[in-house]
Amino acid sequence: MDVPLLLHGIGTVAEKNVRIYYNKPPVIIFGLLFPLFLFLAFFIGRNLPLGTFYPGFIAMTLFFTSSSVGPLITPWEKRDKTYERLLSYPLVLESILLGDIVAGVIFGLAITFVVWGVSAVVIFPAVATAGFLIVAFLLGTITFAALGTLMASPASDAPSNIMMLASLLRFPLIFISGIFIPLAEIPGWGKVLAYLSPLTYLVDLFHAGLDGNEALNPFLDIVVLVGFTLAFVLLARAIQKRNLVKGL
Amino acid sequence: MHSIEAQGLSKRFGTTSAVGDLSLAVEEGEIFGFLGPNGAGKTTTIRMLTGVLSPDRGRVMIDGIDLFKHPLKAKLQMGVIPENSTVYVDLSAEQNLHLTGKFYGIPADKRKKRADELLSFLGLDSRRDDKVRTFSKGMRQRISIGCAIIHRPRVLFLDEPTSGLDVQSRRLVVETIRRMHEGGSTIFLTTHNIEEANTLCQRVGIINRGALVVTGRPEELKKTFDPTQSIVVSFARAIPAAFFDSPSILKAEVEGDKWRLFTDDPDAAIKYVTRLATGHDNPITSLHTSGPSLEEAFLRLTGEAG
Repeated sequence: MDVPLLLHGIGTVAEKNVRIYYNKPPVIIFGLLFPLFLFLAFFIGRNLPLGTFYPGFIAMTLFFTSSSVGPLITPWEKRDKTYERLLSYPLVLESILLGDIVAGVIFGLAITFVVWGVSAVVIFPAVATAGFLIVAFLLGTITFAALGTLMASPASDAPSNIMMLASLLRFPLIFISGIFIPLAEIPGWGKVLAYLSPLTYLVDLFHAGLDGNEALNPFLDIVVLVGFTLAFVLLARAIQKRNLVKGL
Repeated sequence: MHSIEAQGLSKRFGTTSAVGDLSLAVEEGEIFGFLGPNGAGKTTTIRMLTGVLSPDRGRVMIDGIDLFKHPLKAKLQMGVIPENSTVYVDLSAEQNLHLTGKFYGIPADKRKKRADELLSFLGLDSRRDDKVRTFSKGMRQRISIGCAIIHRPRVLFLDEPTSGLDVQSRRLVVETIRRMHEGGSTIFLTTHNIEEANTLCQRVGIINRGALVVTGRPEELKKTFDPTQSIVVSFARAIPAAFFDSPSILKAEVEGDKWRLFTDDPDAAIKYVTRLATGHDNPITSLHTSGPSLEEAFLRLTGEAG
């Protein structure tokens, strides 16, 4: 494989996605308002200490924004009949998948940094370990942008079907990932579910970066998130390869 | 040298064999027509030849590059106009060309120059900044053509490029094929329009039930089944059937104010008719020859003749 051509393809796919699918006023406005809705829905009136909730809140914001548009790109391209043309360009499936992930990472980081910036002015969050915080931002966006790309994999040219699937997968995760109840306090069966959720490890890594109150070893969080990322990418590649021409 | 070479291509979807052990070669600079009835495997074949779909077996070489071992390099050599595929409707005509040029690694200054050339050629100069969403089907197809040739590909694949287009857009497709051919590109054209294949293609291949049935020059294929040709002639004044008594004329039939003369020696028949007109001082007002049609050959080869 010609690596410079592969990287050029990934970059151009990402640029195309940002330009066509992310850089739209409704997407950006929704991306910025959604964290506010999350904050209002899950913090106000629940008597949660802000310090306990904040790492989970930032993780949730990053999780939702990074995986928000990715699931829809392939169904949109198939519905609008642009996907076959894309496949005929000097690209391979891997360039398209990785380009989709890079676009999700750019959007996730941009929105989460705005939210982080605004909240930093309002609540002055503490930073326990800057290194873990930076890794949490970067690795979190990559993991959940990859999850978004995996959710785009079913053979569908109907974005509404994928949207429903994405909501069914994403919303339950926020309740089982140690955001509202610290991981150490979750009862036995709940803990098993929590350990199955990639969001759990990101929330824990944000705890390590922000308040130093992590339940797991942060390096374990990093290894597990890298593992989930690889699994999402490989699974997306396998499913999309199988479904490549369905819906063209 | 072969610009396109496929060896033993096979593709199954579930238990259905879409294409079985298909081999073909297209010479450099050739216009090759790929014909077949619906469901014969044309689109599956073109998708395998353009790297959109991986075959179960077989290999494809594009300009000497193995498509499945070096897909990126091979795809740089080709331009593709897929059937039913369109461009990005939320981008303008010019933005679509720029984006495509970027995929092919054309530097920004050259992209701009090439986009200007193409927009002028495609007759879309005045609509360059308009979103493609506002374009008609024909205009979208024109941008689709521009995207396929922005990098001056050595091999151009067109899958049913004129299907459902208005006359103006159809002519533009034909003009594009001719220009690319004059520039040395190899053209691979799938079409339902047999007359189009007959007019444009130097060689055609006919696929049926996933297998390549025959390849050859259109004129060769036409004569495979019926060497008889006919001459349609009209005279200034009516002429009786008895006048067409010549060994070169097999049969004469009236068609309105004309005569259709069947012959297997058109040269001798035309000479006879010319002498007849001169001898009876009855000038010929129109004359044209009509051979066996490619459509007839197509129908016989695909087993769909009535």
